[in-house]
Amino acid sequence: MTLVGAMQLAVVLPAAASLPIAVTGRSPNLREAVTLSTAVVVLLLVASAVPGVLAGERPEITLMEFVPGLSLMFRLEPLGMIFALVASFLWLVTSIYSIGYMRGHHEENQTRFYACFAVAIASALGVAFAGNMLTLFVAYEVLSISTYPLVTHSGTEEAKRAGRVYLGILLGTSIGFQLLAILWTWNLTGTLDFEAGGILAGHADGPAAALLLALYVFGIGKAAVMPFHRWLPAAMVAPTPVSALLHAVAVVKSGVFAILKVCVYLFGLDFLTSTGASDWLLYFAGATILLGSLVAMRKDNLKARLAYSTISQLSYIVAGALLASSLAATGAAMHIAMHAFGKITLFFCAGAIMVAAHKTEISEMDGLGRAMPFTFVAFFIGSLSIIGLPPTGGTWSKFYLALGSLESGQIWMLVVLMVSSMLNIAYLLPLPVRAFMAKPSTDLPDKITEAPLPCLIAIGVTSLGCLALFFYPDLLYQLASLVGAGAG
Amino acid sequence: MTVLHLYNYEIAIFLAMVGFYVVVSRGNLVKKVAGLSMFQTSVFILYISMGVVDGGTVPILVEGMTHYSNPVPHVLILTAIVVGVATTAVALSLIIRIKEAYGTVEEDEIHEQDKSF
Amino acid sequence: MAHAFLDNLPALQVVIPLLSAPLCLVLARWPRLVWTMCTLVTWTAFGIALALLQTVLAEGPVSYAMGGWAAPWGIEYRIDAVNAYVALIVTGIAAVVLPYAYRSVPLYIHGERVPLFYALLMLCFTGLLGMTVTGDAFNVFVFLEISSLSMYGLISQGRDRRSLTASFQYLVMGTIGGTFVLIGIGFLYVLTGTLNMADLAARLPDVTQVRTLHTAFAFIVVGIGLKLAMFPLHLWLPNAYAYAPSTATVFIASTATKVAVYILLRFVYTIMGPALFSEGIPYGQIAIVLAVMGLLTGSFVAIFQQNIKRMLAYSSIAQIGYILLGIGFASVLGLQAALLHLFNHALMKGALFMAVGCFVYRLGSMSIEDMAGVGRRMPWTFAAFVMGGLSLIGVPLTVGFVSKWYLVLAALQKGYWPLAVLILIGSLLAVVYIWRVVETAWFAKPSLRAAEVREAPLAMLIPTWILVLANIYFGVNTTMTVGVADLAARTLMESMR
Repeated sequence: MTLVGAMQLAVVLPAAASLPIAVTGRSPNLREAVTLSTAVVVLLLVASAVPGVLAGERPEITLMEFVPGLSLMFRLEPLGMIFALVASFLWLVTSIYSIGYMRGHHEENQTRFYACFAVAIASALGVAFAGNMLTLFVAYEVLSISTYPLVTHSGTEEAKRAGRVYLGILLGTSIGFQLLAILWTWNLTGTLDFEAGGILAGHADGPAAALLLALYVFGIGKAAVMPFHRWLPAAMVAPTPVSALLHAVAVVKSGVFAILKVCVYLFGLDFLTSTGASDWLLYFAGATILLGSLVAMRKDNLKARLAYSTISQLSYIVAGALLASSLAATGAAMHIAMHAFGKITLFFCAGAIMVAAHKTEISEMDGLGRAMPFTFVAFFIGSLSIIGLPPTGGTWSKFYLALGSLESGQIWMLVVLMVSSMLNIAYLLPLPVRAFMAKPSTDLPDKITEAPLPCLIAIGVTSLGCLALFFYPDLLYQLASLVGAGAG
Repeated sequence: MTVLHLYNYEIAIFLAMVGFYVVVSRGNLVKKVAGLSMFQTSVFILYISMGVVDGGTVPILVEGMTHYSNPVPHVLILTAIVVGVATTAVALSLIIRIKEAYGTVEEDEIHEQDKSF
Repeated sequence: MAHAFLDNLPALQVVIPLLSAPLCLVLARWPRLVWTMCTLVTWTAFGIALALLQTVLAEGPVSYAMGGWAAPWGIEYRIDAVNAYVALIVTGIAAVVLPYAYRSVPLYIHGERVPLFYALLMLCFTGLLGMTVTGDAFNVFVFLEISSLSMYGLISQGRDRRSLTASFQYLVMGTIGGTFVLIGIGFLYVLTGTLNMADLAARLPDVTQVRTLHTAFAFIVVGIGLKLAMFPLHLWLPNAYAYAPSTATVFIASTATKVAVYILLRFVYTIMGPALFSEGIPYGQIAIVLAVMGLLTGSFVAIFQQNIKRMLAYSSIAQIGYILLGIGFASVLGLQAALLHLFNHALMKGALFMAVGCFVYRLGSMSIEDMAGVGRRMPWTFAAFVMGGLSLIGVPLTVGFVSKWYLVLAALQKGYWPLAVLILIGSLLAVVYIWRVVETAWFAKPSLRAAEVREAPLAMLIPTWILVLANIYFGVNTTMTVGVADLAARTLMESMR
């Protein structure tokens, strides 16, 4: 199959699958078979494109003309490849996990859940393959809306409020800032294509470029740069697989992915450096990294803590984009994958604890490690990856981000990264340590076992992934360095 | 001189303003309709008078006459008169229905009732 | 025969609906037959509008001498890209409204009076089409009154007695508006001695009495402004939309204001533009100020409405603000945006009012409170409402996004930064008032009323979903709308030179 065909099919298939999923709702086994088989096919389709992309092919296809001279189009390049690979692989893993979780947790409306999930993945892949900013924006908005029913899944008053914050911030920033920025770009340059070296150079002067970049960075609310981060903790009312895949991987990563795309392919790293447009935004990213970590330390609810950790980690990638050096961009691109594997492992573990022991607060988890050793070991591995310690994948991305800060002469960014790593240790590691070492609290029920098997399989896969990415980062590095070199 | 010369316009404007004032100031719906009719009628006069040609006669083809008034505005205004009649008819029938529904045709009393509705 | 038919298309566009109105009364004993006939008439009219648009696109403007009397003495029907496009909107909406009416109308009107309702609807349809296709200024007034008078009748048929007062209020304001237009046209006639639009456009630039011309302009703009609910002349609109029968609301909301906008465009750009705009009076800026005020007040007031139809009505006032904004930019791009939104707003408001009509049909109430939990009982209607709402907000892949895209672009092109921001803020306000309904209808515990309802009848759902799908189709495939709107905008701007 041609690359173009694979790319199109990878987007269309999950969206189309939502229909058979909805139809087979009466029979859960059939429904989940549809989900799993679609996920496998999509993963194979995406993976089949890797050799071509590495060999320098950049397949593109125009879907339809939106306005004269501006089309909805897909174009596959290394950064999109990374994101698509991560998203489609983790979708498969999450689907397996969901089966155990949703059944173990006796959730209602599971059919709606799986159908919306498939649409969300389709739009995440649409973001990954987007060939111009318009296509990216369209997929971005579809993603916001298709995940709304997932966030409000439980239908409670709390879910309703969370949904309001979620949609309010995501739609508000994207319509209020991002769309304005896109139209401004289009007005300035007459194109929205992602091109190597950027399209804006020569069309905007320093202050205008800085304002435009700010509109993009804050307009892409999914990147959760403070002060537009509140939607992410709010979205944690969703079932855990949603938090895991969407709010650690697909949704948030499409945000930082979009920022990377904007910096690398719209502005161009050289243009950013020469105008210094990104310098002041870097402070926002730095502040988000530290504040996110600090808030995370104070959260007792595990999912809330992970959410603030995500906010902090996302800004690593944003900072990597804004540093505007090729090493930092490489690191940022790698961090998309590294953080995805680490954070999804942590969320899976959180969900497993919730299903098996019905615990959501960290202070209640003392001593749980003896009952659920597998889960907590996995949690430990995931934590290491987030912190950036060997032998986990997170080491590499942090390494390149640090090199990137040095390359662009922003020493203070290096300090921020290091301080944040310390904070990560402080808020993540106590949990597995206390789970194994501390005395169980008395009210712990006697018969706690590990979570259902599908959950454990998924946890095993992602935590092994964290380790594997340390020993075999070559593929990822090759793709990422192509991004860093701006070789769209 | 010019002021008197344009007296037809002044009459039309005066009538229009009287009609308009009645529409705005009266609370009785029937009186409002009367004002509205007056307002429309003033425009009829405006149109009819604009067709006058100095020294012209009635626009009927007669031997020896070459100087006619302009008949077009008259024809136009026939249509407008029909519209005016129709409007008044619709308005009055609405008032009858309002009287049935509210038991009054005074605007303030109707508002009073709808508040508690 | 076929040839004769094709040659007379411009006349048939108006005459067929006109003849169907009395036929409704003749056939009054068989209400179903009346409905079938009216449906066929609207479909035929839609076909004619399509054919006319194709002819115009292929061969340029079509001129038709009514009764064989050549312009400028006789009445000319003149169809170019602009009004062919508007006629397509009007007939298209009518063609969807009629099937919807079949189940919806009997809710408001009893048995033997149903044919009378259809007669009024057809008259209104005739009037709107007449205004659209005619090339004669006085003819515009006549058709304006035909549509208005029938509209007063349609509005007064609501179940709530407030429909009567709403109708009366509209009658008073509408008549004043219509009379203003009449005065304005009279002045134009005094100045030029002609009523033919093309002839007027040719003669007006030579007129020396500029003050009279400006007076005529003022009367016409205020008169039409009343009809299209331009801020601050919008006071009649919320009650009229809210208390009219659902079918009438859908039809009026999606077509009547659109045709009024078209008439405004015709008078301001084609007829008076060349003569007026050389004067240097900032009409564009005045329009922009009024548009922005309408946009903001409409959106804000909509947020606080308890009655869902009133909420959508205030939203219409805001949307009319968008259209006026595009007109006020006085650029090809701005006009294109305005014309696009004309079409797109008809689609989204049509879909929304239809969905609301479905809710009202089952619930018997228009209050948002009573809609609590109804979304789960009527999922298809609810989904249609959400899609229409997303389109109103301007989410990508819907028509609303296309409008917003062009409107913001037009603002940026002119360098009006704050306006670009305002347009987007308007979108966000739409999120607020649409989502208030979505949350109530989906999350709240079902009210007593809502717990017992079923999904709306198919005869109402299918037309609703046709419009919803049109919202998506024209939001994705914009070739047709953007192309025609571009051509129409150029046609209008060309006459300015």
